[in-house]
This record gives sequence, C-alpha cells and structure tokens, in this order.
Amino acid sequence: MGQFLHEFFSPLDFIRSVPTVWNGFIFNIKLMLAAEALVLPLALLVAIVRGLPGRAAAPFRALAIVYTDFFRGTPLILVLLLVLGFAQLNYLGLNSEALFRVGLISLVLVYTAYVTEVYRAGIESVHPSQRMAARSLGLSYMQTMRYVVLPQAIRRVIPPLLNDFIGLQKDTALISIIGLTEAIVLAGQYVSDFANQTAYLVAAVFFIFLTIPLARFTDHIIRQRERRERAQMA
Amino acid sequence: MSTNGSHFVSLQGITKRFEDLEVLHGIDLDVGEHEVVCLIGASGSGKSTLLRCINLLEQVDAGTIVVDGQTITGTKVDVNRLRQKIGIVFQSYNLFPHMTVLQNVTLAPRKALGISRGEAEGRARALLRQIGLEDKADEFPDRLSGGQQQRVAIVRALATEPKLMLLDEITSALDPQLIGEVLELVRELAETGMTMILATHEMSFAREVANKVCFLDAGVIREEGEPDQIFSSPREERTREFLARVLEGGRL
Repeated sequence: MGQFLHEFFSPLDFIRSVPTVWNGFIFNIKLMLAAEALVLPLALLVAIVRGLPGRAAAPFRALAIVYTDFFRGTPLILVLLLVLGFAQLNYLGLNSEALFRVGLISLVLVYTAYVTEVYRAGIESVHPSQRMAARSLGLSYMQTMRYVVLPQAIRRVIPPLLNDFIGLQKDTALISIIGLTEAIVLAGQYVSDFANQTAYLVAAVFFIFLTIPLARFTDHIIRQRERRERAQMA
Repeated sequence: MSTNGSHFVSLQGITKRFEDLEVLHGIDLDVGEHEVVCLIGASGSGKSTLLRCINLLEQVDAGTIVVDGQTITGTKVDVNRLRQKIGIVFQSYNLFPHMTVLQNVTLAPRKALGISRGEAEGRARALLRQIGLEDKADEFPDRLSGGQQQRVAIVRALATEPKLMLLDEITSALDPQLIGEVLELVRELAETGMTMILATHEMSFAREVANKVCFLDAGVIREEGEPDQIFSSPREERTREFLARVLEGGRL
C-alpha cells in the first residue's frame, strides 16, 4: 500500500514535476484555444452550407455531408497520423511549430465535423414558422438565417457545444503521439527519469482544472435557461 | 370599386397540391383596391393555403396571380420585393422571441428596405404609439399578452408599408377577451383604406368589415357575395350548412 501511494501520490514528486508538466501544458492550452477559435466559425459555415436550399447548392451540400461523415467517423489519432504523413511529404523532421500546426489542423478537421452537427441540430430546432415570418417580411434567405434563425439556434446549442469543447480540450493530449512535447510527453519523461508515476497525476489535475470551469459554465447556462422558461410559463 | 381592370389582386384558376392531396382546385378571386375580402369556411377548406399562395410562401401548381398589375406567378419575380408590398399576419403571431418589440418591428425596414436605424425606430415607435403599445417597445414578446403580441405582429407587417394585408385567422389563438383589441385594430386598418384579404372564423366581424365574403369549401369558392347576402340568404346548400354549424357554436 505504501509502495502504491508513493508511486502515484508522492507529494515531493508532485511538487517537483509541476513546473515540467506545466511547461508542456501551455502547449495544450494554446492548441485548445486556437482550435476552438477556428472550429466555431468553420463549423457554422459547414452547417449553413449543409442547409442551403435549391438544386444549385446540391454539390456543396453533398461535399459538406461527405466531410462531416468522414471526419466524425475517423478516430482523431488516425487523422493526426494522416495529417502528419501529409506534412512529411514536403519536410522530414518537422520542427515543433510545424508539429503544432499538424495537431491544430487535425483537431480542427475532426471537431469542426462534430460541432457542425451541433449547429445543425440547433438550426433545425428553430420552428419553421419563424423562417416563414421572416421571409414573409421580405427578408432574403441569408438575412433570415443571419437575423432570425442563427441567433435562436446558437443560443440553444451553447450547452452541447461547450460539452464538445471539453472533449476537444482533453483530446489535445493525443498530439503527444506525433512527438510534440506537450503535458503528457513531459509527464512521461518525468516518470521515466524519476521512476515515479505522480507526474501523470499532475497532468490529470491540470486537465481537470481546465475543464471544470467550462463544465460549471455549461451548468450555469442551462440553469439560467430553465429559470427563464419557468418565468415564461408563469 | 371592383370594376373589371381595376382589381388590385386577381387570382385565376389557382390550384395547389401537397403531395397527392389537392387543397385548392381552380380558385378565381378579384379584390379591388381598398376592398376587404373575408374568406370563411371550415378548417382545411384551403383558406390559409390560398393566403400563402398570394405572397408566394407557397408555390401554386397552376393558375395566375396578379398583384398591383404585376403577374407574380411567373418566373423572374423578385419575391423579396414583392413580400415587402404584401404584409401577412399569422394565427400564431410568430414574433421573433430573441428580439424586443422594437427590433421585431424595425428588422424588415432596416434589413430588407435598407432604412437607417434611427428612421426605422422613429417610424416603429409612431406605429406602436398608434396601437397604444409604445411603452412595450423594449420588452421581449414573451412579456406581452397574446392580444398585444398579435397587434405587434400586425404593426411589424405594416412597417414595410405594404399595399395589401393578408390576415390568416389572426384571432384564432387568442383568449376570447383579447380578440376585441385585435379586431379593433383591423377595423381601423380597413377604415384607412388598406386592401385586405382575411381568413376568419369571426362571422360577425366579417359581416361588419367585409366588402365581399367568400365561402371556401373543399378547395373551391362555393359562394361569394356581399356579406348581408351570404349571411342572411345564402344560395348554396353547403354555405347554409356551414353557417348553421357556426351559429350553433355561437360565433355569430
């Protein structure tokens, strides 16, 4: 038992490995912020394209469907390896900046596909009578989307969207497999250098502390909406 | 007013199908400028569909519609421009819940007509003042009663200064005590000379404001005429039956 506690919960190793793991964790945070900033608008774009009406838009709709099906169905780890392989066609021995881009592109490709579906569910949840009312006032299709459908849709999907972002934050750890020195890699180095597993616990704590604010924020938004809806019923 | 050639709205042979269900079978209808035409008939008789065809929310399968001298059933019709000239109000208000009353009313003038925000808001407030709801301008629709919401919906439709108003059973979703305020607004609108086509179950109101009443039955206009004639001495058996049923329901 003592052996186990020492191996995983050694206070000394905990404190000693914090700076090391933190150095790598900065990468995870950067990657997460950059990916989220790109996923939000890109997924919205794909969701809008997927909903475009008319025969002329059919090829674009098809493209959007193929894209979301492919990247939602492919494990992130495979996408990472494929993007890495693609990047290595031009340069062997990628520097950390290039590896960061590989990780970013992979995360964006996969999570844009997820978030597209979240947006789409939101867009479809807006009652058709809202579109009809907007169109009957002489607003164009795009104006109707911009001013009437999307504001209502986005408000509704914020909780599931934040949930996907929690997944994204955790998945930044997967970039360790392409050799980028992020939190997990550095924790692993500490573990092999000092023959003590506590550094992994440190990494876990970092990830948990990153996702907790987002999780509580999601709860807060859901509660706020419930309160508003109850107030409407009264 | 409704002499030939001066019709503001003219429908000929309007046919509309949903899948294999034909809901309108060759409707002919003329509405003169400043006229108020009431469509009466049972639910499912095609009143709403007909109104939606007139502002192209529904595509007709056959027939022609001419509004203000423009044939709108052909190709190359700018539907957005057309709809700015034709206001429609729905049974379920359909206000935009994420916008204040003022934003609801100014959206189309600003974005569809390109009027500046200041000017659009000035006009919107003037319209809201006319209906006694200026103090609700900055409220969200869910803070308003059903009657107030429906009056805002009418004002929203009026904000693009349409020449024709289509009212689709606008009091059907309202509590009885709220119907009066909405009908009063429609009455005022009729007095200003607005051309209107309204589908309604309010028979006494139809009798009072309409220049012409059309009885729709299974997708055709079974009978049309002056309100007094339709309500007092209907010629068609089906019209008599319908009015008798409605009378039993205490709606006249």
